[in-house]
Amino acid sequence: MAFRDGPFENLKVPLVWTAAVVVVVSIVAAGLLLVSDRKAVDGGSSYGAVRGAADTVTGPVSGILAAPVRWVGAVTDYVGGYFFAVSENRKLKAELAELQPWRDQAIALKNVNARYEALLGLRTEPPVPMITARAISDARGPFNRAKLLDVGTRRGVRIGNPVINEHGLVGRVTGATGGVSRMVLLTDVASRTPVLVDRTDARALLTGDGSDNPRLEFVRGAGSVQPGDRILSSGDGGGLPRGIPIGVAAKGIDGSWRVKLFSDRGAVDYVRVLLFQDFGQLVDPNALNAPPLAGLGTAPEPSLEQAAAIADVAARRQAAARAQAERTRQAQASQAATAGPSVQRGPAPRAAPDQSTPETPPGGPSPAPGGAA
Amino acid sequence: MRRPVAVRVVGPLQWILYPALVAVAATIVLATPAQLFGLTLPEPVVPMVLAFAWPLIRPSMTAPAVLFALGLFLDLFWNGPLGMWALCLMGVYGVLLLSRNLLAGHEGLIRFAWYVACTLGAFLFAYVIVTVRAGNPPAILSLIGQIVPTLLLYPVADWMLERFDDGDIRFR
Repeated sequence: MAFRDGPFENLKVPLVWTAAVVVVVSIVAAGLLLVSDRKAVDGGSSYGAVRGAADTVTGPVSGILAAPVRWVGAVTDYVGGYFFAVSENRKLKAELAELQPWRDQAIALKNVNARYEALLGLRTEPPVPMITARAISDARGPFNRAKLLDVGTRRGVRIGNPVINEHGLVGRVTGATGGVSRMVLLTDVASRTPVLVDRTDARALLTGDGSDNPRLEFVRGAGSVQPGDRILSSGDGGGLPRGIPIGVAAKGIDGSWRVKLFSDRGAVDYVRVLLFQDFGQLVDPNALNAPPLAGLGTAPEPSLEQAAAIADVAARRQAAARAQAERTRQAQASQAATAGPSVQRGPAPRAAPDQSTPETPPGGPSPAPGGAA
Repeated sequence: MRRPVAVRVVGPLQWILYPALVAVAATIVLATPAQLFGLTLPEPVVPMVLAFAWPLIRPSMTAPAVLFALGLFLDLFWNGPLGMWALCLMGVYGVLLLSRNLLAGHEGLIRFAWYVACTLGAFLFAYVIVTVRAGNPPAILSLIGQIVPTLLLYPVADWMLERFDDGDIRFR
């Protein structure tokens, strides 16, 4: 018997009821999705595949639909550039004159710094490769601050990569597919970035809240932040390289410390993705897998300067080792004298004063070169 | 002999599908990272207009399903928590579906007041969800910056109601 021939033949369900059933089912489904959507450890989402598919589809569509808006934006920029060319030129000239001595100072400091690093044997961070990307779409609301970039895993982008523009840090990649990737800005409500205050080296946490100026929280030390202090990435946790400029500290109207971002000085349309993962990247994996002392066979002969530096360091180490042995011997002798004074009658040996001096780097401790002008 | 008059049928395609596509397109266009005269584009929740207008036009099974899909689209497109805007929009739709007899016949200020109340309620719900999930309340000024453009879309909802509400008492 067919359904329409049964007792429900003339049954008519009000449309409001059927619509209400759909509403209830949708609300339940949305609630389940909300509860099950969790942030992964690497900053991604538990629905990363779904989000990646959506980004893959909306990326090209955004590029097409938003083209007229971009053209209008380019026209307004052109008109603005035409009418403000003179004032812009004056400003740029003044800025150039101001930056000229800074450039000379930076070159000198770079040279001195490289020499110090070489002499002290510091393991410096290698240059991080980066690729240029263009922002396709932009979420600017209070609940989400994110951008869609037109580069993806095919260009080497991975979740966690920092993103910068010409002024400073912008955000981090939280999702990547073949052709597009999703970047969460520093101002996003879920963004947390370990930072340091350049002047005092104090650590803090930069917390986004959906506004243009993220909060500076958990600042260590009293008086460690002042208005105008430069805020840099601290590199704590290994997610970001140390020293990327972020912004300037300022007091908010609510009394909290906030950061005026450098990246807001210009439009965040073209950015660079740092192909940086963590501190593991700083070490060559092949070098770790090589047999012990394998580098000795392939290392080039040291130059005369390097040989002299090596000999100097070796001599200093030997001297330091001798001084240490002498100090140990003295300590043992004094302990023995204290334990049995009737047995140990002889005078305590004196350490050579020239051997007990702490080791100093060649060139001696010098004040920080340059300094802030 | 009288010439036949073409009857224009207003079906779900006209009052559900096309407005939904327009809402998606408007959301994508307004998400363009371009600055016009130094200002960024506003970012209203465009489907809020549909969540307000659709239950008042007539009850339907298709409309809430499409609205749910629109909410998921917003969450995916804006990189928000999956299900947040779907939940908020469905909440607005459900409240208006229950109150449509109360709202029948009202126009002008009363209808706008309902739109304001529904929008504020949805944003408050979203605010609570984000605060709980992130452990960090979003900035109020930024919230206002999204609520105001959404409220300014009310004329579109009003136009949809005038255009598609045929006053059929079978739907009351």
